[in-house]
Amino acid sequence: MVEHFTGSDEATQALPTLQARIPTVVVDEAHIVYRVHKGATGGSSPVAALRRLVKRTQAPNVREVHAVKGVTFTAYRGEAIGLIGSNGSGKSTLLRAIAGLLPVDRGAIYTQGQPSLLGVNAALLNDLSGERNVTLGCLAMGMPPAEVERLTPEIIDFSGINQRGDFASLPMRTYSSGMAARLRFSIAAAKKHDVLLIDEALATGDKGFRRRSEQRVRELRESAGTVFLVSHQLSSIRDTCERTIWLESGELRMDGPTDEVIRAYEDFSNGR
Amino acid sequence: MANTALAGPDAGLTQAQLAARHGLRVAGERPSLVEYSRRLWAYRHFVAAYANAKLVASYSNAKLGQVWQVLTPLTNAAVYYLIFGVVLDQQRVPNFIAYLTTGLFIFNFTQSAVLAGTQSISGNLGLIRALHFPRASLPMAATLTQFQQLLASMIVLVGIVLVTGEPLTWEWLALVPALLLQAVFNAGVVLMVARMGAKASDLKQVMPFIMRTWMYGSGVLYSVSLFERLPGWATTLVQFNPLLVYIELARYALLEQAPLLNESLVQLWLVAVAWAVVAGVGGFIYFWRGEQEYGRG
Repeated sequence: MVEHFTGSDEATQALPTLQARIPTVVVDEAHIVYRVHKGATGGSSPVAALRRLVKRTQAPNVREVHAVKGVTFTAYRGEAIGLIGSNGSGKSTLLRAIAGLLPVDRGAIYTQGQPSLLGVNAALLNDLSGERNVTLGCLAMGMPPAEVERLTPEIIDFSGINQRGDFASLPMRTYSSGMAARLRFSIAAAKKHDVLLIDEALATGDKGFRRRSEQRVRELRESAGTVFLVSHQLSSIRDTCERTIWLESGELRMDGPTDEVIRAYEDFSNGR
Repeated sequence: MANTALAGPDAGLTQAQLAARHGLRVAGERPSLVEYSRRLWAYRHFVAAYANAKLVASYSNAKLGQVWQVLTPLTNAAVYYLIFGVVLDQQRVPNFIAYLTTGLFIFNFTQSAVLAGTQSISGNLGLIRALHFPRASLPMAATLTQFQQLLASMIVLVGIVLVTGEPLTWEWLALVPALLLQAVFNAGVVLMVARMGAKASDLKQVMPFIMRTWMYGSGVLYSVSLFERLPGWATTLVQFNPLLVYIELARYALLEQAPLLNESLVQLWLVAVAWAVVAGVGGFIYFWRGEQEYGRG
């Protein structure tokens, strides 16, 4: 089921820093099962709820989803890995598990340092100004206060939220969704991460910002980190990643050089 | 494996052996208690900044802004004085206004901290799912926000106490350790309800009732001498009620003739310290044990 490519190491070997390949993320036969609440359906009367509380049984409107089924791969330092697959194939779930935010059911995921997940939904404090959000976000990533102060103007510059007037001092709830997403990306990208997991975040923002952020991802990679990128825009994966993993219904379909995997994925999607 | 096919020292290892060889850790592993405390200490700047931000944000939509920090406790005291002082005509307690406001402000510190703490995990899921930091930072910040509120209301309280004719004495200094002990106690309770509130969001609905019952059991609104009419075991139970203890310490510090349920001052301090240690340490350990679960809805 997993197709192997003998040439799959050519792309990574081309990078100069890879005499010794140091693994940063090791995923070993990981299965991830999570529970979803279907909302109030049958059997949600107060009496039934009370009985469940007393008997400590599962609510009937909770369903288990086997999102990732036995995925195995190893990621190395300096790699940028794209994750592709149709909607609901388990890409985001896998990222959250690597970030340590979801437990694995069977198997194991080992990581170097603490991976950071950067998603579009990462909300900060909407009532506070963009500038204060930058400070808080940086402190929350564990930066010392002096460094936060030094980096804050850079981060705001990078996000470009001040291009049309002084938005940095306005509360974040006044931002457009694109502006907020840009600021969030800028905050997360300000720190050197051993492993950075990006979930659809590059898709936000205008063309200029996208170019800047892709450049930033490349820099992060060169400073010896590993970057994972989930995107439905195959072009941005082609631009930033040299290795791509294709997940389909929670199973690893293919793992290899971006061009080959994307070609196979496109054939697969068109064939349906 | 396509990606481990490179010949080298890592060839032929299983995934687990490969991870162990390069010192990789299981994702989302819970750190030891000592390590966790150390990390939390490293995040103290975040806790302070977050507490401050919350304080500013909570008034950002009000026209009077942070003036409410003083106005809210003042209005609260006025309403309760109207009912319990004027309408019910309280005769038992000398200087009832000062007696009432002391109890009210001390109690309010715990009440608002606990109510904020219940939601400190469930209300910050976005932040928790996005960034990795010791989750105890959030309940700690909630406690700190309320502590800052308390300091504002203490200024109001000192004003009320002086205006109603209480003398300024050395005993006032006892207020400082009493408030600090209460803050530690609060932090512990907040950590505890934060973990419980993260799992069962129903707690948010129940909490106001628990807090109101607790208020009636702490002698905030009426003379504590009323508790002496209860059967003996119940009076003893009320005597060890941590909030009653912290309120009595504050009343002892500020007021000259306030009735106290606990006659022995030594016992009062001992119970106050004991509650702070038990709640503080217990709450911290309880919260730490759930560290991996937060944010996994």
